[in-house]
Amino acid sequence: MPTAAAGSPMSDSELPGQLPRAARPVYLNLIAIRQPIPAIISILHRLSGALLFLVGIPLLLWAVQQSLASPDAYAALRASLAHPIAKLLVLGLVWAYLHHFCAGIRYLLLDLHIGTELTPSRQSSYVVLIVSLALTAIIGARLW
Amino acid sequence: MVARIIVGAHYGWKDWLAQRATAVVMALYTLLLLGIALYQGGIDYASWTALFAHPAFRIATLLFGLALLWHAWIGMRDIWMDYVKPAGLRLALEVLTVLVLVGYAAWLFEVLSGAGR
Repeated sequence: MPTAAAGSPMSDSELPGQLPRAARPVYLNLIAIRQPIPAIISILHRLSGALLFLVGIPLLLWAVQQSLASPDAYAALRASLAHPIAKLLVLGLVWAYLHHFCAGIRYLLLDLHIGTELTPSRQSSYVVLIVSLALTAIIGARLW
Repeated sequence: MVARIIVGAHYGWKDWLAQRATAVVMALYTLLLLGIALYQGGIDYASWTALFAHPAFRIATLLFGLALLWHAWIGMRDIWMDYVKPAGLRLALEVLTVLVLVGYAAWLFEVLSGAGR
């Protein structure tokens, strides 16, 4: 590696104490990088959205259809949703809806330039995480 | 001569706006339903079917459903665009997503037309 002469302009691959650009490690393992809290909220927003699309919408359509069909179908729906595994599934989807809802409100506020500074945006991320989990816990307690 | 990447302009903001407008519609419907449930002190079969017997509520539900499907399309397409690099696979997933959404829409119409009877 050529050393830059004192006073001569340096290209960015010759900065002192740094490896040439090509030799620098590319480290983009998303699992290993410690994500800041707004990034976690963002990933959970996508994850919950995909979950709602794949599982939430068909289950909701089926449940509404059953619930309106007849008193018997309504009672049967309630009975099948009383199964512990069904309750767990519903609870997961309730969390997905609540997280997507709360994180979505946060994004709408950010669009309106509310809370875009670093500290408020971190704080609102924690609020989204905690409020959606707390509401899920309250609904879970009512389900069981 | 400058090598330009030719892309259409001004199509992204429509999806951006639609994503947010549909989100607001869904949030309002959610609060409406929550308000009704709290006002009635819970929901049973009689009050639930009475609610769906109201044309206004069925229209609101239809709006919610269509907003949901439109919103889901934008969101899922964004996910495929961001994470699936091979163009053929991405196109296949997008087409599949559209088919699923059209299926959901047909199901929604069936549920709502059945509720009116």
